[in-house]
Amino acid sequence: MDDLLRDFLTESNENLGKLDNDIVELEQHPEDTARLNGVFRTIHTIKGTCGFLGLVRLEGVAHAAENVLDALRAGRLTVEPELIGDVLAAIDCIKSVLQALEDTEAEPEGDDAALIQRLEQWLGAEGGAHANTPADGVFAITPSVPAATPVASRPAPTTADAQPAVVAPVVAAREQSVAATSDSSGAGSSWDGVDRRGKGESAAAHVADSTLRVGVDVLDKLMNLVGELALGRNQLLQLAANADESPFAKPVQQLDRVTTDLLEAVMKTRMQPIGNAWTKLPRLIRDLAQSSGKQITLVMHGAETDLDRQILQAIQDPLTHMIRNSADHGVETPDVRRAAGKPDGGTIHLSARHEGGHVVIEIVDDGAGINASRVRRKAVERGLVKADVADAMPDAQILRFIFEPGFSTAEQVTNVSGRGVGMDVVRSNIDAIGGTVELSSQPGRGTTVRIKIPLTLAIISALLVGTAGESFAVPQIGIVELVRVTEEQHTLVETVHGTQFYRLRETLLPLVPLRALLGLEAAAGSDTYNIVVCQVGEARFGLVVDDVFDTQEIVVKPVGRMIKHLQAYAGCTITGDGRVIMILDPAGIATIAQVASNETRDEAEQAALAAERALAALQTDTKESVLLFDAGYPALQAVPLSLVARLEEFPLSSLEEADGHFLVQYRGALMPVIGANAAMNLRAMDPRPVIVFSDRNRTMGLAVNEIRDIVEEHVELQRRAARPGVLGVSVIAGRATEVIDTDHFLRHAHGESLAVSDGVAAVPTIDLPTPAAA
Amino acid sequence: MSSATLASPSGRVSAQLEYVTFRLADQWLGIPVMMVQEVLVAMRIARVPMAPDAIAGFLNLRGQIVTAVDLRKTLRLPVRDAEAEIMNVVVLHEGELFAFMVDEVGDVVSVANDLVDPTPATLDPRWRAACTGIVRRDRGLLLVMSVLEVLRLEQPSG
Repeated sequence: MDDLLRDFLTESNENLGKLDNDIVELEQHPEDTARLNGVFRTIHTIKGTCGFLGLVRLEGVAHAAENVLDALRAGRLTVEPELIGDVLAAIDCIKSVLQALEDTEAEPEGDDAALIQRLEQWLGAEGGAHANTPADGVFAITPSVPAATPVASRPAPTTADAQPAVVAPVVAAREQSVAATSDSSGAGSSWDGVDRRGKGESAAAHVADSTLRVGVDVLDKLMNLVGELALGRNQLLQLAANADESPFAKPVQQLDRVTTDLLEAVMKTRMQPIGNAWTKLPRLIRDLAQSSGKQITLVMHGAETDLDRQILQAIQDPLTHMIRNSADHGVETPDVRRAAGKPDGGTIHLSARHEGGHVVIEIVDDGAGINASRVRRKAVERGLVKADVADAMPDAQILRFIFEPGFSTAEQVTNVSGRGVGMDVVRSNIDAIGGTVELSSQPGRGTTVRIKIPLTLAIISALLVGTAGESFAVPQIGIVELVRVTEEQHTLVETVHGTQFYRLRETLLPLVPLRALLGLEAAAGSDTYNIVVCQVGEARFGLVVDDVFDTQEIVVKPVGRMIKHLQAYAGCTITGDGRVIMILDPAGIATIAQVASNETRDEAEQAALAAERALAALQTDTKESVLLFDAGYPALQAVPLSLVARLEEFPLSSLEEADGHFLVQYRGALMPVIGANAAMNLRAMDPRPVIVFSDRNRTMGLAVNEIRDIVEEHVELQRRAARPGVLGVSVIAGRATEVIDTDHFLRHAHGESLAVSDGVAAVPTIDLPTPAAA
Repeated sequence: MSSATLASPSGRVSAQLEYVTFRLADQWLGIPVMMVQEVLVAMRIARVPMAPDAIAGFLNLRGQIVTAVDLRKTLRLPVRDAEAEIMNVVVLHEGELFAFMVDEVGDVVSVANDLVDPTPATLDPRWRAACTGIVRRDRGLLLVMSVLEVLRLEQPSG
């Protein structure tokens, strides 16, 4: 390709990318003359260069758009949506011609007469004033030339011999405009635009001087080399550390510092502001809003947040898709919003920020939100999950089905979205770069999508672990915490259906022994091992390894075709001592071990399995420690020991009554005490056994008649209870036992609003004999 | 020059190719020299758990990752003794480096193309798939191995 043409394409594409944004901004802020001038300048530059290169079709369109913009600049036209729409259409046309130019190196055939005419109609509407371009103005020094249509304002004939005629006036115009700007005394009203343009161009040239266009392949090569340098540095550091009083110690330290700085600097060259991936969004939202009759404002924060270009490319499509979803599914039409008591116009906030070694992108809309019950219904309909399992799943988990292939809750398929293609692609794209995506939604209030992605893919922070004598690296981004399990703590590991679980703060963490997963021989070792708690999406699992070493910055290298199919690995790396070690992929391991779902087809099955497992764990499978007590009812009552903070006995004298409640001074605060049985007389027993519950910052005492026992039992609710304060009835220790609802009592004790049916619960405090308060 | 056009004694013009020869058990094989980047003595190989049997692991060649392929396993030869010496023939294939683990590396030989016969039909199917021709030499037969086909034998489908 001709160098001149290539430069023109690069420059134009860069400018046009910004243009969409600028024009949409302009529509909102018509008074922003600096922006208007910028837009004008860009179009003008394109038009000018087209002339040189003999691109007549492009020039015709650019010229017509330039005329309209000039009239805007001069205040002869005002900004209105249709006009902006036509200008955008012209830019689209220019883009498509540029694309064809890039592909074929020749201007494509096409007729832009309709578009040009539409643009020219605006000029006709400006009320008799003629459609001069500033370039024309150079020729026609007297502004009174009636509706002059010089050569350049019409699409020039496409025959080759006509081209020099087109080129010449533009060249002449340029020369004259330079002359005109230097001759300030000659500047009349029609020079004004030229003058400003001249200044603007020199400013732009100044910015261009401080930047340099470098090929991406050069940067990639540089990155690789610096990676190698860092590896060499690591080796030297190890050698120097092993040798006492080495004469190399100082130079190696110096090398270390410089290498670190160099690494950072090279990484920086690959960084681009995330705003580069956002440039198309305002235009997208504007077009969407126009076509759907919605009012949508897109607010963007943190466009300057830097990201590795590789990651930037990877998130561009997912981002666009999600923004489109928010606009199409999220934000409602003005009448719907009005009916819901919201302002007519919806807002989508798009923000990016650095958080640790990651970039967090949030898309927040104030639209209708996602109807979890509809998702639940669809998921059941599509056979992704069984109805009873779906009912037991919390909404947050239900919303994850949105990321299933082909899943859509849109009742209406629009031309924008709703075909159910996309969210699964969004997630797999983000998974692929080691990121995570979370979705939360409040019906009627809006939806929030949170994407967390690593800053760079080339060099990551990883934890080195060892199992069966082999070392592996685990990317730090997937690690939540580390747990060391000593021999005494082996009781915390339980086996259910062949899967091991670890009791981690009252949750059951499925365990994946790395040794078994990779088919490694058992190494004779101690009984102490380590659990690397990994987070994949919303699922957590514990990777069981023998040893945990240290955290290192590692250079990720691809594994090659022979083992690319192994899901357990994300790549490999070379350590400081020159060894090659494998980088584990938590997401892949989760898929192999079936502890969490990944983008595989049987994800639904696995999700359902996980939910069933969770439900099962809740209901039947795990033995729980249960506290049994007598509260004067025919049946014994039970509460899971995990919910109990303490067991106390309070002497009658410590029970005080105030404000209609029995209170006890407990650990420096007043704790409400209520009876487990509505008919219980709290003063009938001295001392009174009390079960203390606490939840967040609320604490309460539940007065009972007698603490009976603590048993290990499967708690399975056989039937739901009619009485408030009781969750249901379960067979515990061979007897029908009522399992109490601690939340009910907590809320009651703190005077929080209870449902009407809970009336009984109000009795204990009123029904008590009330001797004078102490 | 890895390939040259020479006048054969008969006066006909015959192209010839140079091969790096190596031994596996008792058999000598050759790979076109232009595919071979270098020959290495035994190096530390990092095992990759769950990898196909013949993929011995990765080795670090001056910061580049090289996939080690044990040709004895690929060609279903008996496993070599634990102390047996191993040589690595490093080949570059489609931008990726592979180290073929062999028993011994011999000379680079030049063979006229018209001396390369098709592999006999009676050869073991796996060997037939890996080799494209056979050369009768005074010192015994030399099998011409195709890097592409050998790797194809090991490449996991899908």
